[in-house]
Amino acid sequence: MKRLRAHLPIVLWLAALLACVAVIARTTFVADLSAFMPRAPSERQQMLMDQFKDGIIARLIVVGIEGGDAAERARLSKALSAALRQQAEFIGVQNGSAADLVLDRAYVFDNRYLLSPAVDAQRYTEDGLRRAIGSTVEDLSGSAGMLLKQLLPRDPTGETRELLGQFEGSSQPPSTEGVWSTRDGARALLLLQTRAEGSDIDAQARTLETVRSAFAAIPDRPADTRLLMTGTSVFSVSSRALIESEVHRLAAASLVLVVALLLLVYRSARLLGLSLLPMLTGTLAGITAVSLGFGQVHGITLGFGTTMIGEAVDYAIYLFVQRPATPQQARLFWRTLWLGLLTSVAGFLALLGSGFPGLAQLGLYSTVGLVAAVLVTRYVLPRLMPQHLPAPDLPRTGELLLRLMRQAPRLRWLLLVLMLGMLVVVGLHVDRIWNRSISALNPVTQADQQLHEELRRDLGASDLRYLAVLTAADPEQALQQAERAGSVLQALSRAGTLAGYSSPSQVLPSLASQQARQAALPEPAPLRRRLDAALAGLPLRAERLQGFLADVESSRTRALLTRRDLDGTASALLYDSLLIPRERDVLVLMPLRPPIVDQTEQDIDIERVDAALKADGTRNITVIDLLAETNALFDSYLHEALLFSGLGCLAILALLLLTLRSVTRALRVALPLACAVVCVTGTLLLGGTSLTILHLVGLLLVVAIGSNYALFFDNTNTGSSAQEQRQTSISLVTANLTIVGSFGMLALSSVPVLAILGITVGLGTVLALLFSAILARPQTGLPQAASVESPA
Amino acid sequence: MRPADIGLRRGLLVLFGAVLLAGTSVNQAAEWQLGELMQLLAQTKSGQARFVERKYIAMLDKPVESSGELSFSAPDRMEMRTLKPKKQAMLLDGNRLTLEQDGRQKTVSLQSYPEVAAFVEGIRGTLAGDRQALEKVYKVHLIGTPARWQLMLVPREPSMSRIISGIRIGGSQGEVSSVAYDHADGDRSEMQITPVARP
Repeated sequence: MKRLRAHLPIVLWLAALLACVAVIARTTFVADLSAFMPRAPSERQQMLMDQFKDGIIARLIVVGIEGGDAAERARLSKALSAALRQQAEFIGVQNGSAADLVLDRAYVFDNRYLLSPAVDAQRYTEDGLRRAIGSTVEDLSGSAGMLLKQLLPRDPTGETRELLGQFEGSSQPPSTEGVWSTRDGARALLLLQTRAEGSDIDAQARTLETVRSAFAAIPDRPADTRLLMTGTSVFSVSSRALIESEVHRLAAASLVLVVALLLLVYRSARLLGLSLLPMLTGTLAGITAVSLGFGQVHGITLGFGTTMIGEAVDYAIYLFVQRPATPQQARLFWRTLWLGLLTSVAGFLALLGSGFPGLAQLGLYSTVGLVAAVLVTRYVLPRLMPQHLPAPDLPRTGELLLRLMRQAPRLRWLLLVLMLGMLVVVGLHVDRIWNRSISALNPVTQADQQLHEELRRDLGASDLRYLAVLTAADPEQALQQAERAGSVLQALSRAGTLAGYSSPSQVLPSLASQQARQAALPEPAPLRRRLDAALAGLPLRAERLQGFLADVESSRTRALLTRRDLDGTASALLYDSLLIPRERDVLVLMPLRPPIVDQTEQDIDIERVDAALKADGTRNITVIDLLAETNALFDSYLHEALLFSGLGCLAILALLLLTLRSVTRALRVALPLACAVVCVTGTLLLGGTSLTILHLVGLLLVVAIGSNYALFFDNTNTGSSAQEQRQTSISLVTANLTIVGSFGMLALSSVPVLAILGITVGLGTVLALLFSAILARPQTGLPQAASVESPA
Repeated sequence: MRPADIGLRRGLLVLFGAVLLAGTSVNQAAEWQLGELMQLLAQTKSGQARFVERKYIAMLDKPVESSGELSFSAPDRMEMRTLKPKKQAMLLDGNRLTLEQDGRQKTVSLQSYPEVAAFVEGIRGTLAGDRQALEKVYKVHLIGTPARWQLMLVPREPSMSRIISGIRIGGSQGEVSSVAYDHADGDRSEMQITPVARP
């Protein structure tokens, strides 16, 4: 019975480990971009987020071809698009070659009388015809006249021009050697639309591979030509690969670093092995908790989690190095350890409330992991520890450290100067402390983001900043509402409020409009009569316009246009990306193009646009400035983050007050942490970095982890022997080094979010230890327990 | 370039031409004349003019007419501002072509529209006296006398000559007075240019 009680913790521990392994074996690990796409609070924002993740935008791939000369790039562009059109993986392949546009031009011209919003009964009266034809003849005198004249015999009323006018303000990419190219002509460009959903990363990865192998297979391809790709799916695939490889690399590197450090201190393989137990248990427990709590584990959580190696291993270090011998020492030691755990957990728990799944997962992972690690340190390690510990004793190093630490308080004035300086720095940068752009959290590297920007700009793809969004019960109603909104937007673009807009109804009008236009077209006899009368006084004779009469008649009697008529055209891509059938309704996106003055885009006054649409009585429509929207979203998360970090810090302070029962002692613990936070912030600002949510989280972790050091310092100095103090100082420095090592590894990561956290915490914890030493009560020889124990 | 330089250079050219002429054919005399004309044209660094253009289109019973202002400043800026019957402006600056109509601006790069380039390079190249630029795009023939000359430009690119069979530019000394486009389908446009004395 006694034996069983003695072994119970170990049995329980092993059982828990088995359970963890069982859960982890069934866990889904994901590595897409979702960890840092915030859960949007409003339905509208959620809808937009979904569109970016899964919508048509997520299915577009921009391809650039570099190297060789312009003619060679054009040849490769044509060969690549021909090869890709054979593949079922692509819905659309465009490279701007003339052949591409033939179908679209034919579609617009052949169906002009059903497509043109200018077609109404008034236009086909004698008066209307005279005005329309007169205006077309006038246009012939202009500089483009000789090009327009080809349209005259069949389109004297100028419907084709009306239609093309709708696309005003949307720029086509430049063309070099007959295919799309960048502005400087140095790259040929293609635009691909994949069949696979943007969120299906495996399928997207295969699709990208198809493009690469198709490019590689082009015969006689010069070796200096290269393929570039960008787009949401490219980002998803590459960041998944990056996160996966980084997580393995970081974990391995951290482990090696920590093991090497521990071997150096312990000089015992057995102690090393034991030290790793809390960390391994913590890692397994953390992953299990996240898996159970979130249903899946994000790769980036594991990336952050490598830091667990650094923190969980500390508990064993404190135990083995400090070796509390007497019951009183043991009580004090465990109390300090529990308190340290509580303060850390208070910090991590605050993360659980975050709207970013990645941070919430990190919070749960760390909380559970640390608790598990301390439990193992408290109940399992002492039972596995040899009675006579091959004590890790480094008297000389310990003595040196102790002496350094005793000297440290002399640096107080230096710290004071440093703090004042840093406060000035923070004060001077107060307006740009926070980085308000959402892309700051993008796991994609800066270089990739830049390439994306370049190619997108060259393609003239507007960055979809302004959108009018509406919902309707079915496609026909959606198109009707889009047409209604469209006429308001058309008026606004004439007034210069916008440069133009895109709408699915521009390429496929509602059936109702098509019917109305057919009804507006006169029958052959009256049309002929009105035309004769209208041409009097114009330098044009009716017999030259037989094509016009025939075209009107065939449009009047033909079947109405449906989505099927768009097959194979670029217009189909436009339609599909702007009219999106959903489970219960249809969503219409109408991108608004900002006016351009002197080559620079102006802001659109969205309130004016919104008011105009509302005044017209259009319902279910919202005008959105995506940039403002995402920034507002980000701001709200920043506030949320400030709130939870504030609460976390308050909780830590409250814990300190409660357990230390002295305001002075609590402040003595808290002051170095506050100094570290200010100093890290100042250093980041000096380096030109504005703070993101992740920096804030990093600072919270500095407080959570750093509180352990401050507590042990406080502990050490409340009456203990020189031997104990020496051991404590060694344990603190070792623990600090493991933390700095593992976060330092993160700082080297090429995933920006991991690097941010690594730099902030790595720097912060070193400073926390240093400042704790400096601000520790100077050793005057005699412990002053009496004054310390005075109640708060 | 200082006037003395120009004088010296022209003197050398005349000398050089005389040497060539001494034992060669009339053809080379024309060659020399083209160079001389280009020299003359190149001396005008900027200028303003009014234009009247008539387009003769087979579909229409009578030509359509437009008029406006034309301005040029060396080396490569040309603006054509149509005032009647509809306001319209076309600005060619370097490689950028800006069209303005109904209060809207549109800028395109000439590289992207070689057909448009072939339209405008002829008149700009002539105004600038840039023989190299002209001969890159057209086969150039010169007829007439310095007092009354005519340049015949025939596009080299087949894609271009399917649209325009030739451009005729007429003038006197260093001044251009008419530009005519002959379209491949038989239509044509004729522009009369009257220089405006600068204030």
